[in-house]
Amino acid sequence: MRRQICLSGDASDDMHMVAVCDGDGKVKGVPIATLRHSMPMVSFQGFELIPPVTFKLTSGQGPVFIAGQHVTKYIAEDGQTTVPPLILKIKQHIRSDPTLIPGYSYALGLSELTKRVVELALGKDSTAIVENRVVGTQAVGCMGAVRLGAELLRRWCNNSTSWCGPVLLPSPCDDSLAGTFEAAGLGDVCYYRYWDAKSLGVRVESVLKDLEEAPEQSVVVLSASGHYPTGADLSVDDWKLVAEVMMKRRLFPFFLMSGQGFSKSFEKDAWPVRHCVSIGLEVMCAQSFGHTFGLYGEQVGHLLCVLKHNSFLLAVQSQLEKLVQTLWSSPPTGGARVVATVLSNPAHLIEWQEGVRGHVERCMLVREQLREKLRLLGCPGQWDHLTKQTGLYCCIGLSGQQVEFLGKGRHVYLLPNGCLNISAINGRNIDYVAESIHLAVTSL
Amino acid sequence: MSLFAEVPLAAPVAVFKLSADFRDDKDPKKVNLGVGAYRTDDSQPWVLPVVKKVEKLIVEDGSLNHEYLPILGLPEFRSSASKIALGDDSPAVKENRVGAVQCLGGTGALKIGAEFLRRWYNGVDNTSTPIYVSAPTWENHNAVFAQAGFTDVRPYHYWDAAKRGLDLSGFLGDLEAAPEHSVFVLHACAHNPTGTDPTQDQWKQIAEIMKRRSLFVFFDSAYQGFASGCLDKDAWAVRYFVSQGFEMFCAQSFSKNFGLYNERVGNLTVVAQDPENLARTLSQMEKIVRVTWSNPPSQGARIVATTLNSPELFQEWKDNVKTMADRVLLMRAQLKAKLLALGTPGTWEHITEQIGMFSFTGLNPKQVEYMVKEKHVYLMASGRINMCGLTTKNIDYVAESIHETVTKVQ
Repeated sequence: MRRQICLSGDASDDMHMVAVCDGDGKVKGVPIATLRHSMPMVSFQGFELIPPVTFKLTSGQGPVFIAGQHVTKYIAEDGQTTVPPLILKIKQHIRSDPTLIPGYSYALGLSELTKRVVELALGKDSTAIVENRVVGTQAVGCMGAVRLGAELLRRWCNNSTSWCGPVLLPSPCDDSLAGTFEAAGLGDVCYYRYWDAKSLGVRVESVLKDLEEAPEQSVVVLSASGHYPTGADLSVDDWKLVAEVMMKRRLFPFFLMSGQGFSKSFEKDAWPVRHCVSIGLEVMCAQSFGHTFGLYGEQVGHLLCVLKHNSFLLAVQSQLEKLVQTLWSSPPTGGARVVATVLSNPAHLIEWQEGVRGHVERCMLVREQLREKLRLLGCPGQWDHLTKQTGLYCCIGLSGQQVEFLGKGRHVYLLPNGCLNISAINGRNIDYVAESIHLAVTSL
Repeated sequence: MSLFAEVPLAAPVAVFKLSADFRDDKDPKKVNLGVGAYRTDDSQPWVLPVVKKVEKLIVEDGSLNHEYLPILGLPEFRSSASKIALGDDSPAVKENRVGAVQCLGGTGALKIGAEFLRRWYNGVDNTSTPIYVSAPTWENHNAVFAQAGFTDVRPYHYWDAAKRGLDLSGFLGDLEAAPEHSVFVLHACAHNPTGTDPTQDQWKQIAEIMKRRSLFVFFDSAYQGFASGCLDKDAWAVRYFVSQGFEMFCAQSFSKNFGLYNERVGNLTVVAQDPENLARTLSQMEKIVRVTWSNPPSQGARIVATTLNSPELFQEWKDNVKTMADRVLLMRAQLKAKLLALGTPGTWEHITEQIGMFSFTGLNPKQVEYMVKEKHVYLMASGRINMCGLTTKNIDYVAESIHETVTKVQ
């Protein structure tokens, strides 16, 4: 669970201190954050608060926004995050399998996993696979894959010892992406316009313009599908234009695909990656399987790298091995085995895909229902974007003030830029959520 | 034009290459004394019985959630793992100045510690602080600290090849001569690769100098329990340093003593001067973890935490660890006895004086080559053997091979 405390852009220019205490705030609180304009945002993760709690601004004039409980996992209709029965069954089988040899795993992870997830991403008949020019390595979650890819780029990109970026990230994106590239030595990070608040979607014109103006050989981080945190994706036609610019300006695509299958379909979600590969671009893609397998805690991630020629394969692989050794020596096996088992077995594969499709349909239904309820309430504004977006995340498009109102006044918690996890909405709370949004929009 | 056209092929890691060569060897008498993992007397890897039991409990526990762990890891794992190193009654624990970060194995713990030190130790972003690692040491030590940005990773005297023991005067000399605030990576017990540990008196001398010269203590503890069979005995050095008031890091690995090699279970224990310092240190480590692996994997940590927090399971685990340590001690005793019985030239006391998984046999590179090529006994070029590779079935052959090698090859 993420929780964020943010200083408003128009707050006074002094030190703001936020404290938390239990109950109704009569007791002196424990300071948990100090904010000023030079450091206006603090994120907490894994920070457990047992309600009821009260946040107090003990210093400064504010306003300070508290947003949080942004849950980044898929939540079922009953409000629980559960592991699919198939996965539990497989875990039990693996536990009691006497043929599995314990011992250190290979630095690049389970080869069966790599084989299957590369096929999943690129399509079994991808020429890149057939021509053996795909390097795959298991990594510790999506961020681990990004870190590993960044380390490889930093050290070996185009033999230029002084190359250190820039890296272009979409605005908005996961708030640790910049830090991850920076930790790998690629501190020259900037943002390209992605989410357009006015049109409540992605404006491909802005994306293209920013990419056209980026220095050649920049690395561009692209969300393949189900963009976090807005849920807004480029269309197929948009992607064709983006790919063309990437090609023309020799930009390097670094895809994030942490929920393949969770937005539209397994093939459609991977289409942008496959298209770039098909026109001859070299790409990296960071994948993870938390959402689609319910295996969040196991941090099953993967980095794939498509090279122009297979003659580079062994060298790149050997350098990845060296980098892995200095990060985590070898990745954890537990979750990887489960994913590999499912993807290698036709019957399991079908059962799993159906399960994922069920989640996807529920998310789509919630979006439709929310849009419909807002329409019925006569909520001013446009709400079509709710159903245009896909996947787990959704950017409603509210102002900072409206978001704060939802949290403080209605106990509906969002991120400051008004994004939320669609699966957190269910039959029991959807009316309340819709009414709250309506209230926020009409009273502020 | 490929972005990767200039990427050179990296040299393979020696110990993995050795294993690969062993695998490809068709000779029926082949023996692998290079592997860095425990093997039973049947040359098989061993899933500890307590681990099997706990895994079953975990898989069958419907109430367990499968969510991301907190960034710093599973709280009950971190605290119980730190207590294993420091002792339940450690004053530092009682004074709330011990914290920990769950990491991806011992490597991950070293990584997070190194990244923290580079950013916040001895100034801000000071990459020139000297990092001292023993000569020889686990080869990955160099790489982890170098990759974290440190530009000056140096050896300190440790192994005396002539004496086949600890080069104490060299070690102490390096401590005296090191720039103040240098970081020293110390092996808590069962030194890898030599198997040679300082005695308690020698540790006291080391600690005295480190205190006086403000040198930073970074313990690498990958074999606790595995060396003597007793957890407390193997933690003596770490606990002694704590008792002397040092602030320090201890990178713990549970790969060997739990047999959880591929689950990547490690813990970076932080001993600080006071709770306030500890809190700020952990907050910075959290930021480092967030951009390295985000949150650590849950499976292995749950197994260890469940075991350590249950008195019966904890006892069972200690027994399992003793089983492994005892087998190693038996192989040491038998190997030495057989070499003496064969009248193999040279002294072989070091086989039983050394401790833990590894032994520096003293074989030179030519002799090692002979062992590998002619006798199909695989060991590291340094002469390091893994005692766990010895079994009652192959020990005669290995002893004879060493005898033949030493007499034929100089």
